[in-house]
Amino acid sequence: MGVGSFFTSRLDEAIGWARKYSIFQYPFVTACCGMEYMATACSHYDVDRFGAGLPRFSPRQADVLFVVGTISHKMAPVLKRIYEQMTEPKWVVAFGVCTCTGGFYDNYATVQGIDTIIPVDIYIPGCPPRPGSSSACARASARASSRRTRSAVTTPRSWSGRRCRAP
Amino acid sequence: MERTALPGALSLCRDDPDLGFDVLMDLTAVDYQKYPGREDGPRFEVVYHLYSLAHNHRVRIKVRVDEDDAVVPTAVPLWPIANWLEREVWDMFGVRFDGHPDPRRLLMYEEFVGHPLRKDYPINRRQPLIGPRI
Repeated sequence: MGVGSFFTSRLDEAIGWARKYSIFQYPFVTACCGMEYMATACSHYDVDRFGAGLPRFSPRQADVLFVVGTISHKMAPVLKRIYEQMTEPKWVVAFGVCTCTGGFYDNYATVQGIDTIIPVDIYIPGCPPRPGSSSACARASARASSRRTRSAVTTPRSWSGRRCRAP
Repeated sequence: MERTALPGALSLCRDDPDLGFDVLMDLTAVDYQKYPGREDGPRFEVVYHLYSLAHNHRVRIKVRVDEDDAVVPTAVPLWPIANWLEREVWDMFGVRFDGHPDPRRLLMYEEFVGHPLRKDYPINRRQPLIGPRI
């Protein structure tokens, strides 16, 4: 029994290593944070160095859901459906304060944080986040994706997310 | 302007060659409930901004309607853009447009209760469409 679990844990780590720097993100962009997301993804602050250079614009083909920009209550069912259409394993990055907590939109129309709707793994604050800090958080999400895979088989998914600090 | 005279006046504005207001620039409403000096009297005022391309002049037409009887004749037969503008006024203020072909909410979702841009709607009242997940 010890030998068997040795092999499965090594296999988990191998899969985690493979998933670590091959991020296929689905940039669910709605608002102004999208501009900073594009700035992060383009040549000056590159995301391709983390292996996230090919955004998949389909939830079936993506594993990380980057929610970028303000989500209104009218958009919330759409976001939830997109999240449910993604296949396991999946991670969610809340990019920008509007997705973390609702931002400065303390009103009737904005969802006060998308973690009321879907579980979030990484929170990136900022209005909009500076590309330097958001690329650091992309790297953290890479590490989180490798770590999560290791425990996906045995432990239930935890709802708490990790917060990125701006450098 | 009085509400009953509105359709005639708008079609005159559009069709008369000297006036020639062929563009409806904006159709919006104002809530005078908390306006100092104008709180008595009808609550809502529907405002039309018209522009003439040929003559390069503009006009603003205002119609005051009461809260209990907030119905105004529609401008959709004259200007097709009034379709969405009137839907927005209905969504945000609750002023109905008589004869509008598609009276749905425009900016808020369908199940929303209330009219947000009225003065007595608190800005941070939460009405989530999807409740918090367990």
